[in-house]
Amino acid sequence: MVDIRIPIGLMFSIFGVLITVFGLFTASDSIMYQRSLGINVNIIMGIIMLVFGLGLLLFVRKKKKK
Amino acid sequence: MKIDLIWIDYSIIIVYFIFVLSIGWFLRKYMKNANAFLEAGRSIPAWVAGLAFISTNLGALEVMGMCGSGMKYGMLQTHFYWIGAIPAMIFLALFMMPFYYGSKARSVPEFLKLRFDEKTRALNAILFAVMTILASGISMYALAILMENVLGWDYNLSLWISALIVLAYTYLGGLSSAIYNEVLQFFIIVIGLLPLVFLSLADVGGWGGLKDGLAPIAEAAGYAPDTWTTTWKYTANITQNPMGVEWFGILFGLGFVLSFGYWCTNFLIVQRAFAAESKIAARKVPLIGAFPKMFIPFLIIVPGIIALVLFNDPSKNFVLPLDSSGKPVYDYTIIMLLKQYLPSGVLGLGITALLASFMSGMAGNVSAFNTVWTYDIYQSYIRKKTDNPDADDKHYLSVGRIATVVGVLLSIASAYIASKFGNIMDFLQTIFSMINAPLFAVIFLGMFWKRTTGHGAFTGLLLGFLVALLHHGFTAPEGATTLFKGGWLGHIHTYPVEMAQNFWTAIIAFSVSTLLTVVLSLVTKQKKSVAELTGLVYSLTPHEVDKDLPWHKRPAGLAIIVGVICVVLSIIFW
Repeated sequence: MVDIRIPIGLMFSIFGVLITVFGLFTASDSIMYQRSLGINVNIIMGIIMLVFGLGLLLFVRKKKKK
Repeated sequence: MKIDLIWIDYSIIIVYFIFVLSIGWFLRKYMKNANAFLEAGRSIPAWVAGLAFISTNLGALEVMGMCGSGMKYGMLQTHFYWIGAIPAMIFLALFMMPFYYGSKARSVPEFLKLRFDEKTRALNAILFAVMTILASGISMYALAILMENVLGWDYNLSLWISALIVLAYTYLGGLSSAIYNEVLQFFIIVIGLLPLVFLSLADVGGWGGLKDGLAPIAEAAGYAPDTWTTTWKYTANITQNPMGVEWFGILFGLGFVLSFGYWCTNFLIVQRAFAAESKIAARKVPLIGAFPKMFIPFLIIVPGIIALVLFNDPSKNFVLPLDSSGKPVYDYTIIMLLKQYLPSGVLGLGITALLASFMSGMAGNVSAFNTVWTYDIYQSYIRKKTDNPDADDKHYLSVGRIATVVGVLLSIASAYIASKFGNIMDFLQTIFSMINAPLFAVIFLGMFWKRTTGHGAFTGLLLGFLVALLHHGFTAPEGATTLFKGGWLGHIHTYPVEMAQNFWTAIIAFSVSTLLTVVLSLVTKQKKSVAELTGLVYSLTPHEVDKDLPWHKRPAGLAIIVGVICVVLSIIFW
């Protein structure tokens, strides 16, 4: 059957790229980030999701090689 | 009160939709027979089934309700997790799963048939099928109304789209698709709500700041200053805490009857473990699910508690809609918190988390319904009356598929009924607990007392339910304004709060059911032979030995780790 880590890894990698890039483009918009206490949560969450997604994909690849 | 989403938020939601649908699409080629479609071919790894186990429970009503209750009752609400789930999950894994999985039953009603008789199965199958459909209709209604009021999405449109997506992926890939998607949804719910926890906590000045902020609010309501941040400390007397229950009600009503009734007998939950690839995997499923379950309170209850501080601090501009009597509508807490803290981008992720929780709950209902319908109602009673009682497997695959479509359509219909009678929601939730408590009494006696007979079980199940209904009909919580809350037959007793009434309804249903089943089992004849009962009853079944596994990979070892963490959490937040 399908290894569920592949779609989860792919989806979070896409989310990660989308949100990180969006965070970078809106970094100067201080009004928008007033809600999140002045923190650019998009860049932070984007990177977390990208690491999580790519991590899962790498894990599956390593397991397959064995 | 409105939230405006922009293109980035919609992109996240659309990417999510594409992934859930494609999982169904990729799995469709494996759906060659009814076993693959309705039981996932009993091939799911333990960790996948374990996360699905917890994700199905993490439906929209759970997320919305638990967050709102966090605001109402504070950390007391964690009783629904630490005492009200973990012990039952450990019990299910160690003591019940060997019989459930070992019996080869495809559903809980089928287990009842193997252990007792046809009539017990029929009663449970029919009640379960009706309740499951109503439950999924209610959560669909709750979500669609929230999306309409806050996001401005059209009620009919969001209801139909979310239902049709669930239908598409469960129709294509059956139980496997539901389970795999539940794992994906689990991660979205956790990651999507994570920024909310950190931002809201930082905003009120951390845990210490939260305590300081809550003290005047608790005192103004007539409670000790740390009531909202403790769990057991103020449960000696019902007047000391906002939940209005004492330690005995929590321990016995919630921790034993309600929680064992839900976690050990609800097919929607147990089905995830039935789908595991082996008996040892099935025994681990509830324990693997217990790990995230213990920490979910920090994800949804703690932000709810923070919402109470925000709500009482005008400078925070935190609003909740008010009902006709001027009380806040607690179900909106989670989405208003998303609005409060999340900018576009992660906001889309948070909304996706709510959609994911709705879908995991609904797919659970649909995949449990189609199995019970196909095997326990159609195959057992309807097909039997035709010229060809043993149809081939292909036939049951199509029946399962049709049941999936019909199940979703009926859920949509019940969502429209719920939107006509808003109050019916609370009433139905009360009824679910009336069915589960007697069911647990009967299954428990059946597994651990070989004398338990079919007549005893059937009577216990039916009368336990009826007595619970009568109890609800003759009692009401104080200040109840609608008969849906109870007292529709008369007033014999008034409970201080609704929660106490619920706990006692369950305790009485369980006790009556246990008593009747025991008495009737003693006076009726056991029709099942020892051979038939082997593998279903504790004393007649060889016990599991996991000697060849290292201790931390054995179910008992995992159970100890789970138990210790749970006790430590309870002590920290005592």
